[in-house]
Amino acid sequence: MAVAATTEAGARPGRPGRRLSAPAWVGTVPFFAYVGIFLLLPTGIVLYNAFQNPTGGFSLSGLKALGNPEIRGFFWGSIELCLVSSLTGAVFGAILAYAVASGNPDGVVRRLYLAVSGVLAQFGGVTLAFAFLVLIGPVGLLTHASWYLDFPWGIAVIYAYFQIPLMVLVFMPAMDGLKVQWREASENLGASAWQYWRHVGGPLLAPAFLGAALLLFANALSAFATIEAWENQIAYVVPQQISTVLNSEVGLANVNEADVLALGMIIMVAIVMTGYALLQRRAARWLR
Amino acid sequence: MAPITALGETPLAAPARRRRGLQARRRRRLNLFRYVAFTVFGAFFLLPFLAMVRFSLEGTTLGTWSVTAWTQIVSYPGLLSAVEITLELAVLTCVVVLVLLVPTMVWVELRVKWISRTVEFLCLLPLTIPAIALVVGLAPVYNRIRHYELSALMLFWAYVILALPYAYRALSAGLVSIDVKTLSEAARSLGASWFTVMVRVIAPNMRQAILNALLLTSALVLGEFTIAYLLLYTNLQVALYSISRNTPNAGVLFATSAASLLFALFLLLVLSYVGRRRRGRG
Repeated sequence: MAVAATTEAGARPGRPGRRLSAPAWVGTVPFFAYVGIFLLLPTGIVLYNAFQNPTGGFSLSGLKALGNPEIRGFFWGSIELCLVSSLTGAVFGAILAYAVASGNPDGVVRRLYLAVSGVLAQFGGVTLAFAFLVLIGPVGLLTHASWYLDFPWGIAVIYAYFQIPLMVLVFMPAMDGLKVQWREASENLGASAWQYWRHVGGPLLAPAFLGAALLLFANALSAFATIEAWENQIAYVVPQQISTVLNSEVGLANVNEADVLALGMIIMVAIVMTGYALLQRRAARWLR
Repeated sequence: MAPITALGETPLAAPARRRRGLQARRRRRLNLFRYVAFTVFGAFFLLPFLAMVRFSLEGTTLGTWSVTAWTQIVSYPGLLSAVEITLELAVLTCVVVLVLLVPTMVWVELRVKWISRTVEFLCLLPLTIPAIALVVGLAPVYNRIRHYELSALMLFWAYVILALPYAYRALSAGLVSIDVKTLSEAARSLGASWFTVMVRVIAPNMRQAILNALLLTSALVLGEFTIAYLLLYTNLQVALYSISRNTPNAGVLFATSAASLLFALFLLLVLSYVGRRRRGRG
C-alpha cells in the first residue's frame, strides 16, 4: 500500500498536474444528465403541453382554461386551504418553537421535539388521514367531530399535524438567534415583556416568521396524499383535480387540462418560494 | 440572567431585589407556559397515533383487545410485497442519491466552483415543483421506461429527484464544516486516487451529514404516495390507500399504518442517536 502510494506519487512530477485532457466540468455531467432527464424534461413537457391546442399547434387556449369558473374554483379552494393551514401552522409552530427554544439547549425535551418534528414534518401521507379518522372521524375514539369532513377546517386540523413540526424546524434558527443580551438590555432600560416583544423581538422575528409561513403555504399547496385519503369523492383543491384528470379516460376535449393545472401550481409555488427566499435574506441580516 | 443580578447587586440593593423578584416571576411564568405548551402539543401529536394503535388492537366486539390485525399484516394479500418494495426503494434511492450527489458536490467544490450556483439551483428546484405537478410531466417519461422494465422499483428515478433538496442541504452543511480542499490535496499529494479521496477521506469526515441525508431520503420514500399512485405503481402507501377504499379491513389497515410510523420513528431515533455520539466525541 505504502509502496504503491510512493511510486505513484513519485511518478507524478513526470506528468504535470493535468493528467486528463478533459475539462474539469466533465465530472458534473452525470449529475446534469440525471437532473435533465428526470426534472427538467418533465417540467419542459408540462410547459410545452400547456401551450398546445388539441390539434397540436401552439396556442394560449390552454391558459384560458385557468379563467374557467370550475377550474378557478379549485385554485380558490387551494388558496383558502393553504391560507388557513399556513397561518394556524405558523402561529402554533412559533409558540411551540418558543417553548422549545427557551429551554435548555442540550436538554432532552429539545432533542426529542426536534427529532420528532423532523419525522412528522415529512410524514404527511395517507396514514395521517387514517390516524385522524380514528381519532375524530365518524368512528372516532376521542370524539365524533361533526366538522371532520368540513372544508377547509377539517382538513386544516389534519394538515396542522405536519405544518406545526415544519414550522418548528424552519423557525427554530430564528428563535435561537434571539440573543439573551437583547432581552437583558431592554430589561435594563426598563422595558416590560410586552414592550420587548413589540419593539425588539417581534420586528426581529417578523421576516423569519412571514418567510416560514410562506414555506408552509407552499407545503400545503403541494400536499396531495392526505387530502386524497381524507375525501376522494369531491375534489376541493388543484392536486385532487389533477389526479382526477389523470385517472379518467374520458374528457379528451381538454387533454392538456392536467398540464395547465400543473403549470398553474408551479407558478403559484414559484411566486411563494421567491417571497420566502427574499424574506429569508432579510431575516438573515440580524439572525446569524 | 446571571449578569443582571451580578450587575445590580452591589451599588443598588433595593432595585436589585425588586428585579430579582421580577426575574423569578418571569421564570415561573415561562416555566408554566412551557409545561402547558409541551403538554398540549404533545397530546396533539400523540393522540392520533395512540388512537390508531388502539383501533388496530380492537377485538371482534367493541372494547375488547386482540392482536389479530397485527398478525394479518404478514398474510394480507399484496401487503407484504408492498412493504418489501418500499424498503427496497428506500435503500435504492439512498444509494443513488449519495452516489450522484456526494462526488458531484465535492468535485464542484474543488474544481468547478463557478458551476456551484447552478448545481444548488437545480438541487433546490424540486421544492418549487410539487410532486403532483412533476408527475404530469413524468408520465410520458415513465411510459418510455415501461418499455424496458415494469417493476415498481423504477420509481427510484423520480424519488431521487424528490429527495435532492433535502439531501443537498444536509450534505452541503457537512461540506462547509470540513476543509475539503486541504483534505483532498493532502490525500492526492500522498498518492490517493479520487475514489480513495471520496470513500476514505471525504466521506468519513462528513459522516453526520451523510447520515442526515440518508435519514431524510428514507423518510421521504417511506411516506411517498403521490408519484406511485398516479404512475399506477404499488408501494406501501398506495397499498394502504387501496385497502381503505376497496376492502374496509380496518384492523389490518391501522396496524400497518401504525407499524410504518413506528418504523420511521425508530429509524430516526437510531440515526439521531448515532449522530449525537459522533458529534459529542468530535
